Amino acid sequence: MELAGDDLFRMRLIGWLSRGLPVSATPYEDIARNLGCNEVDVLNAIQELREQNIIKRDGIIVRHGKVGYHANAMCVWDIPDASVADIGRKMAAFEFVTLCYRRPRKLPKWPYNLFCMVHGKSRDKTLGFVEELVQALELEDTPRDILFSTRGFKQLGANYGISPTGTGVA
Amino acid sequence: MQVLDTIDKHLLNDFQQEFPLQSRPYQHLGQRLGISEEEVISRVGRLQDEGYISRVGAVFTPGKVGASVLAAMEVAPQEIENVASIINEFDGVNHNYEREHAFNLWFVVTAPDEASLAAILASMREKTGLDIMELPLLEPFHLDLGFELQWN
Repeated sequence: MELAGDDLFRMRLIGWLSRGLPVSATPYEDIARNLGCNEVDVLNAIQELREQNIIKRDGIIVRHGKVGYHANAMCVWDIPDASVADIGRKMAAFEFVTLCYRRPRKLPKWPYNLFCMVHGKSRDKTLGFVEELVQALELEDTPRDILFSTRGFKQLGANYGISPTGTGVA
Repeated sequence: MQVLDTIDKHLLNDFQQEFPLQSRPYQHLGQRLGISEEEVISRVGRLQDEGYISRVGAVFTPGKVGASVLAAMEVAPQEIENVASIINEFDGVNHNYEREHAFNLWFVVTAPDEASLAAILASMREKTGLDIMELPLLEPFHLDLGFELQWN
């Protein structure tokens, strides 16, 4: 993919935002210098990415495992295709559900089509949240699995953009 | 490691979305927190060093920019650290976790476009000698706004 002009600028800016801004008094000016533009161009471009809903949120990105949310569980469900969107939307509305996505099944090994992340401070607390989902959405007979994380090997930003050195993906 | 004080907790909780778009964003945070800009910057640096803050940056809407996939692997328990470190050598890998399941290694791979993503996954299969189950996002039901941290 060859990018030029505005697209290249935007992808390099996205690269910065996904890796993290410099922690300095003037982060936007620092990035502008790196990208060869003015600070106002960076500010406007970020505003535009927000308005286009390309940026979902921006600010201080917290590692939840470090602030006491140790029991991060991925809950997966095998929901009939006809009702998965309805159940997914309802599930996403629960406060303790931090992400909720439909994904493909991979039969025979992986029968689940709905994923949600549940963050709790303990295993019991998280299991309690899942039980709350089961009862509220009447999922008693729905095949499900709960995958607790036991170790984190990495939690960094995505790499949708182009890296600050301009090399793209290694 | 130091215990988090009230200001740290506000710093972690209160600025998870719409970071101030102004020349001196930390000045604004300082005003909100009742501390100086310099102190905000030094606290953010410390919280980052200690691992509480992953970065000051953005979370992107899946599917709106670049390409990404949730990937899972079945790895022999004694091999998992080795395989995880091979995977982590690739740029754009995040949320790499060991989980309690036959599929015990889970991570997200991101790339600027679908072709780069496919190339990374192919290279991962080659370097690990293992299969990778790909679970792309089909439909999001949740708007990620960060979440209210409960400190007790």
